Amino acid sequence: MSTIHHRRRRGLVLIGALAAATLTLGACGNSSDGDSSSNVSKSNTDNDKSGKKVVIGFSAPAADHGWMGAITKAAVAQAKQYDDVTLKVAEGTNDVNLQISQVETFINDKVDAIVLLPFDGAAMTAVARKAMDAGITVINVDREFDSPFAARTTVLGDNYGMGVSAGTFVCDDAKGASGKKVAEIAGIDSLPLTQERSKGFADALKKCGLKVDNRVAAEFTVESGEKAASNLLQAAPKIDYLWNHDDDQGVGVLAAIKNADRDEFVMIGGAGSANVMRDIKSDNTVLKATVIYPSTQAADGIKLARLLVQGKSMSDLSEIEVPRQLKLAAPVVTKDNVDTYIKSAFES
Amino acid sequence: MSASLQNDPSLTTPAPARGDRSGNLGIARNLGLVIALIVLCIVGVITAGDRFASTDNMLTILRLAAVIGVVSIGMTFVITGGGIDLSVGAIVALASIWATTTGTQAMADDFGWIAMVFSAVLVGTACGVINGVLIAYGKVVPFIATLAMLASARGLAEIIADRKTQIIRNQGFTDFFGAEPLGIPVIVIIFALVTLAGWFLLNRTTFGRRTFAVGGNPEAARLAGIKVQRHTVYLYALLGSTCGIAAVMLMSRTTTGSSTHGTLYELDAIAAVVIGGTLLSGGRGTVVGTLFGVLIFTTLTNVFTLNNLSTSAQAVAKGVIIVIAVLLQQRIANRKT
Repeated sequence: MSTIHHRRRRGLVLIGALAAATLTLGACGNSSDGDSSSNVSKSNTDNDKSGKKVVIGFSAPAADHGWMGAITKAAVAQAKQYDDVTLKVAEGTNDVNLQISQVETFINDKVDAIVLLPFDGAAMTAVARKAMDAGITVINVDREFDSPFAARTTVLGDNYGMGVSAGTFVCDDAKGASGKKVAEIAGIDSLPLTQERSKGFADALKKCGLKVDNRVAAEFTVESGEKAASNLLQAAPKIDYLWNHDDDQGVGVLAAIKNADRDEFVMIGGAGSANVMRDIKSDNTVLKATVIYPSTQAADGIKLARLLVQGKSMSDLSEIEVPRQLKLAAPVVTKDNVDTYIKSAFES
Repeated sequence: MSASLQNDPSLTTPAPARGDRSGNLGIARNLGLVIALIVLCIVGVITAGDRFASTDNMLTILRLAAVIGVVSIGMTFVITGGGIDLSVGAIVALASIWATTTGTQAMADDFGWIAMVFSAVLVGTACGVINGVLIAYGKVVPFIATLAMLASARGLAEIIADRKTQIIRNQGFTDFFGAEPLGIPVIVIIFALVTLAGWFLLNRTTFGRRTFAVGGNPEAARLAGIKVQRHTVYLYALLGSTCGIAAVMLMSRTTTGSSTHGTLYELDAIAAVVIGGTLLSGGRGTVVGTLFGVLIFTTLTNVFTLNNLSTSAQAVAKGVIIVIAVLLQQRIANRKT
């Protein structure tokens, strides 16, 4: 199976390269869009020059929280920057049956590439593999498939790294003091990404002798964050550190904290929304830091899909082929460096 | 609703008008649905051309329709029998989880993949029996009984799966249900068989006639010698088993079992049944109408996807269609009495 894939892929790359070489170069798209423009690579190569026409299908879960909304927005903005890219957006759904049929429609349409942020990675694996078998380049974003044959390239945030970043921040801030109470508000527990974040957090805390004393799970939405946080605050009368996995549910978490009239702890956010960064900058709430989980992953997926179909390589690497997997970094944002990151933050 | 109807004389009096399902009006209603579907198809062809009218796209629509379609056929029986079931999505989730636990999959390794199918259908039926017993013998209003099942079945699914997605390792299962004999996907064939069986059961058997009687006027049905309570349990068990079948189909489509499967299927199924022409108050129901209801909604979804339109706009369109269908239904019902 793998050899067939490989051959097809190489064939695709060859065709793409030929087409790119024979086509005359048009003008480069130059409409600048706030969010994504900071991420457009301006390396001194001609990767951004227009080449072979590429049709990309894009599907993501329902935009029921800011981060997910920003994912689609950034992807659409990125596609607009290239006049050789046609983006077909199948709009968000949390019904896997429907998302599968969206991908089937892309296969029927014979698109060149599919950028897919699955509602559930495992559940979308079979249809993604079908697309790959049909010769379509599949880029898997954020929630991983469970088969390596189902995607050409995978773009991931570093979920384990997010947990480690948050945990390390807590350890540094506690300066070795033991007996500090640590609480955690996780996202959707059924997602592997949530499990990885929690594991990273626990592992980092273990290094300085701390552990998670109270843990609840929300569902990335404001409402669920409020509910989970008010229960948590009820259960834990005194907390020193609180890590909230997601800044969108964080809006609800902050509301619950305000209602409970609590301010004895330091809160660390997750994902990196613009309003959280503004709070960190103004330094007058419990929020002192957040850990970034880039909302430009799907935009990167679009860029990679275009490169792959056109047979180009990532210009700053020596490697000829686009890598199989990209894991984005999860830096900690504090008052000191917030100005660097606030530009690329998303509005929840 | 049968339990509450029994105690409410005002609702049982105008019954003679109902139960007549084979009159001209039924045909006229189905004609309306056919026209609606044709209009949708024309819109599809105009806006998307060959991309809509291709065989591949038709199969995409049918595959999408199959899962929710099977649930809707079961729902037709329960609603015709004067009840309602809000727990179908949760039962699909629970059945998909139960059929994909490591235990069940180990059994499937020993006895073949049929063990997974068997356990999914069994779990679905068991949930249906619980619903039915609560409603028929416990005198709990269907809305409340199945609302309780909705919450607890999905909760139980989350507990069993530890909120993780369970991947199906059994190659035989995925091969069988992923196959396309004569170019037709197996799950579409199952959908067709369930629809045929449903039509036969409702229109050509004693069971079907009893369903109409129980839904139209439970008191009269009781006096006519029908065991209303037992029949109510049968109806919910039947719906439960179709949820089990739907779970198997969804498992084959996703190659997983998950506690998030089947979210909001209750609304999709009820909507399809209602626009199909089955009366929410019971006593009149049509399997063919439900089939069209399902096809109308899935074709609508497909046309929207092909045209790059948002699912939000689609939800609005869906709402408008439901309202028009119900208004139409009322008008026809009024004209009749």
